[in-house]
Amino acid sequence: MSAPMLLLSGVTREHRQGDSVVHALRGVDLAVHPGELVAVMGPSGSGKSTLLHVAGGLDTPTAGEVLVEGRDLATLSPAQVAAVRRRSIGYVFQDLNLLPSLTALENVSLPLELDGARGGLARRAARDALDEVGVGHLAGRFPDDMSGGQQQRVAIARALVGPRRLLLADEPTGALDSTTGEEVLRVLRARCEAGAAGVLVTHEARHAAWADRVVFLRDGVVVDQSGPVAGAESLLPVGGEA
Amino acid sequence: MSIRHGLLALLERGPSHGYQLRAEFDAATGATWPLNVGQVYTTLDRLERDGLVAQDGEPDPDGRIAYRLTDAGHAEVSGWFASPVSAKSAPRDELAIKLALAVTTPGVDVLSVVQTQRTGTMAGLQELTRLKMRAGAGDDLAWSLVLDSLVFRAEAEIRWLDHCEARVARASAARPQNTVAQSPATDPAARR
Repeated sequence: MSAPMLLLSGVTREHRQGDSVVHALRGVDLAVHPGELVAVMGPSGSGKSTLLHVAGGLDTPTAGEVLVEGRDLATLSPAQVAAVRRRSIGYVFQDLNLLPSLTALENVSLPLELDGARGGLARRAARDALDEVGVGHLAGRFPDDMSGGQQQRVAIARALVGPRRLLLADEPTGALDSTTGEEVLRVLRARCEAGAAGVLVTHEARHAAWADRVVFLRDGVVVDQSGPVAGAESLLPVGGEA
Repeated sequence: MSIRHGLLALLERGPSHGYQLRAEFDAATGATWPLNVGQVYTTLDRLERDGLVAQDGEPDPDGRIAYRLTDAGHAEVSGWFASPVSAKSAPRDELAIKLALAVTTPGVDVLSVVQTQRTGTMAGLQELTRLKMRAGAGDDLAWSLVLDSLVFRAEAEIRWLDHCEARVARASAARPQNTVAQSPATDPAARR
């Protein structure tokens, strides 16, 4: 078994609300390996989004470790964390955040150019990413001229462009009808089968079922995992007092 | 599932014999509810007795008899497609009964019953989804619609289980003396 792309161990995240402390996550352990798609389910307020933010370096745990490609984010400088976020981690949000004044190709190549890649190289990588999600023919279109499903594919291409191999998706099918949502899941799944590691946060069981494993969160604790567990070493002991 | 109506609907396409009907039924439903050939012939006998099908010509060289729809058979098929399937004809829902008994049986950890079921249903849903992935998009419409039906049902069950979990948690929070959620069935001290 390869080393995990993402490793959370004993991750706790507390928020202060006035005098009281709210535990968004409590002692969560989770390992996601290359080639694996893991879904995270749970009621609202269960800590799903916090888990994704912590995994992606957008939020810092109060206790515990977050390792991305073996690097402990807590030991890195802010600039190094930002570099990990740019180069290793791709985000897909429900809110697509495509820039309306840029074409699909420009939206996808932008992160590479911001990271210092040459224009031609960035555009070639962007075109590959668009082809991979089946919208290469829309490279010259603006977001407003595309359907919701097409825009979401462009957003996924933007998340995947370049060498990024950890894919974090927060309700990526939220705004889509069920058939289009399935196409997006097919793309995510294919990308993971091609070697990326994915974490998919969703409240829809039908969508979570596309994952290799489904983790159930409640009150910040992993209460349940389901799915074919190929070899016990692919799983850390599931955390929490449940 | 009414085998009668299934066979009648297949015969709407033209005369056919038992083996062929079974194969066509399996092809349309992806062998989700496999029929054995004995069931098919018993059903055909009854349909013939009831005047809905009739033998179509002589047996073939292998001795197989083809059947065709009678006028009454055609009318039966039209009536079947024109009317909704009654929920009353569905078998008892074992899971609903189990949970109803779990919340009324002292010492049963209802939340753990819910969780165990949800994990099991989710594993089943993952299995169905894997079949969908393999089937690809839009290759075989009949089979993929059958799969979708099973997928949506599993999803509904999981949603209902989430709902049960929330209701049980709220009920035990409202009545702290009710130890439904905490006490293991094996702990006699917890029983009242």
